[in-house]
Amino acid sequence: MIPEIGQLALILALLLAIVQGTLPLLGAQRGIRAWMALSRPLAAGQFLFVAIAFLCLAWSFLTSDFSVLNVVNNSNSRLPAHYRIAASWGSHEGSILLWVLMLSLWMQAVSVFSRSLPREVLARVLSVMGLVSVGFLLFLLLTSNPFERLSPPAAEGNDLNPLLQDPGMVAHPPMLYMGYVGFSVAFAFAIAALLGGRLDATWARWSRPWTTAAWCFLTLGILIGSWWAYNELGWGGWWFWDPVENASFMPWLVGTALVHSLAVTEKRGAFRRWTVLLAICAFSLSLLGTFLVRSGVLTSVHAFATDPERGLFILVFLAIVIGGALLLFALRAPQVSGGGRFESISRESFLLANNVLLIVAAGSVLLGTLYPLVLDALSGGQTKISVGPPYFEAVFVPLMSPMVFLMGIGPVARWKQATLPELWTLLRWAFATSLVAAVLVPLVTGGGSWGLRLGLFLAFWILAATVVNIRERIRNFRGAVHERLAMQPRAWWGMILAHLGVAVFIAGVTVVGTYETERDVRMAVGDTVEMGGHVFRFDGTTEATGPNYRAARGTVTVLRDGREVLTLHPEKRTYNASGMAMTEAAISTGVLGDLYVSLGEPIDAQSWSVRVYHKPLVTWIWSGCVLMALGGLLALTDRRYRLRSTRQQRAAAVISPA
Amino acid sequence: MRTLAAILLTVLAAVGGPAGANEAVPTAQDPVAAKRSVELARKLRCLVCQNQSIAESSAELAVDLRRQINEQIAAGRTDAEIVGFMTDRYGDFVLYQPPLKVTTVLLWAGPGLLLLLAVLVLRRALRQQAETPAPVPLTGDERARATRLLREEAAAGRDAAR
Repeated sequence: MIPEIGQLALILALLLAIVQGTLPLLGAQRGIRAWMALSRPLAAGQFLFVAIAFLCLAWSFLTSDFSVLNVVNNSNSRLPAHYRIAASWGSHEGSILLWVLMLSLWMQAVSVFSRSLPREVLARVLSVMGLVSVGFLLFLLLTSNPFERLSPPAAEGNDLNPLLQDPGMVAHPPMLYMGYVGFSVAFAFAIAALLGGRLDATWARWSRPWTTAAWCFLTLGILIGSWWAYNELGWGGWWFWDPVENASFMPWLVGTALVHSLAVTEKRGAFRRWTVLLAICAFSLSLLGTFLVRSGVLTSVHAFATDPERGLFILVFLAIVIGGALLLFALRAPQVSGGGRFESISRESFLLANNVLLIVAAGSVLLGTLYPLVLDALSGGQTKISVGPPYFEAVFVPLMSPMVFLMGIGPVARWKQATLPELWTLLRWAFATSLVAAVLVPLVTGGGSWGLRLGLFLAFWILAATVVNIRERIRNFRGAVHERLAMQPRAWWGMILAHLGVAVFIAGVTVVGTYETERDVRMAVGDTVEMGGHVFRFDGTTEATGPNYRAARGTVTVLRDGREVLTLHPEKRTYNASGMAMTEAAISTGVLGDLYVSLGEPIDAQSWSVRVYHKPLVTWIWSGCVLMALGGLLALTDRRYRLRSTRQQRAAAVISPA
Repeated sequence: MRTLAAILLTVLAAVGGPAGANEAVPTAQDPVAAKRSVELARKLRCLVCQNQSIAESSAELAVDLRRQINEQIAAGRTDAEIVGFMTDRYGDFVLYQPPLKVTTVLLWAGPGLLLLLAVLVLRRALRQQAETPAPVPLTGDERARATRLLREEAAAGRDAAR
């Protein structure tokens, strides 16, 4: 019964979405108020029905209803409850439903928080989002029904992929999808502006907080995914340039460019066409990413051929959304005026250069991700190549290094017109200090390559340039230093925080890349291995049983100067339902570095192969991302967004005196 | 010398058995060779896994190939020779860094071409931007008129507020 209610709710949501995607849009074009007024209640209705559908699916998983095919394939009665709920988005069908849920959530948020928007704009924005929703709901109902029944019901489920049985699975997909789908708001605003022919600073101001919010979620989503891989995969990597990761990274790169470009459009009226194009690209890449990951095309191009229905739907849908948006852009963009003027050395031009580098980087990641697929398809499966970390690192570092360098200059350069001598006077000490630090630090810590020096230089450079930026910013204010600092708007502090996050991130990546040590050893009970000033003693393994797995639980005691400081318990699990073996690493996290131990294979009765890693500053990588996301959140709480709403309230009070 | 010590240690460990606290036996040989071995293994794809390098995977094939690498390093082969051995056996698919060939020219040249294109577009945009005439500055008369209008409007606003 419950699955049928879910199915029905999806159909109702689709019907509402169809109306929402058409009537308000037509109303806005023809000036029919009643049609435009439909958009908000329709969005609310859609949210209600999609939420009901999602709850029905979650309920089927929670109660282990093995008459639902999706539940049988992705769950098991012995699976712990929180993973049963997380399993609702573990499958292809479930994750698309999660996508639609997020979309309706964003729609509802727009409809609640954007009451002050002109009627036409709100109607168009919600209509465009409604049209996207139509596509996804059709995809669900026609090709990927999450509620498909199995008759007769199965006695037991196949279990959730053990790789996915991690706290990361509970948080990563919802966050990531909030980010992906959040870009649909920026996209809808862009399309609405193109349709309405009004592309100005007001438009940028409206869509800016939404874009920042989506960007924050995406940053957090990627960060949780990376941290999950670090914990769960058992060899201590944090980024693998896997196509699945690239799929989330491309929208992030373009989204980052968009956040900055929107700032210029709002403040200076410049880059209007470019900003619209970025908004379209960011969402297109989100769509592409969702489908790349979800269609199975990454594992094998032939997944497409075996399931032509889904593949064809995806291709047609992508073509309509992306092609339609770009066509509209091509038709309308020439009418958009260029906006505020600026000289070739100015904050605008630095931001534009950074934008270009981010886009080229995103394009290169796209190329490296799709190239093997295209080559495989064109050659009829004859030419298979792999594009992995060595390629992406070779491409990415040369593109990102100048980008990061410009990041130090942009925020201190004047709008409109700056001069190089002036910038040099401002930044020469920051430049010299970071250069000296990049040379000195490796002398103290020992060893080091040019890569290390470059990474350190860039991290110190952002730090030093940020200090200069803060000093310059408060110079013309009066009062004590802390008062002057407190006077600055939160949006500006958000920028400072996010940029410092990049510095922390780069420091982490550079140091862990240079100084991480790993030993792959064979250990019997009582054996020791020394690393990073610590001695690791293997004290054997014991049998352990979890809710749905058996495990060999190792005990590794860490000694420092002969004293026991820590006990780690790495596990080798075998999951009952699938028989799959999983390595559960034991990690001791510290500000200065992690100790990471994972069990390999048993070699004989007494000994195991054990991998021990020392990873200095690895936590800085994720801390940097957290700082970036916090910076975005801080910017969202800026006074002017709140001011606008109090002003609206006051305006409303004047119009309708109680 | 180091290799000899490692071999001796291995033999001793095998003979002596786990009596008391021993220094653990590295699964690879000396540290330099071990490092080389890991670096090589990171560049090679485990063919039976879902996108893992053979350094990371614990699949049978990966373990086997890691042993191959160790043996070949011990036999004094160069990195290029070992990589050649792998591609002869498994084709280019095994390499995470695709070799430069006719089929991969676009892959390797792509980012550079993209950057070039972007720089050209950027330059054109900046030049166009510089060529658009700056807004003509107001004459004294116009400025005075604008100020007067603004003032009147402000006064009208104040009146309305009263």
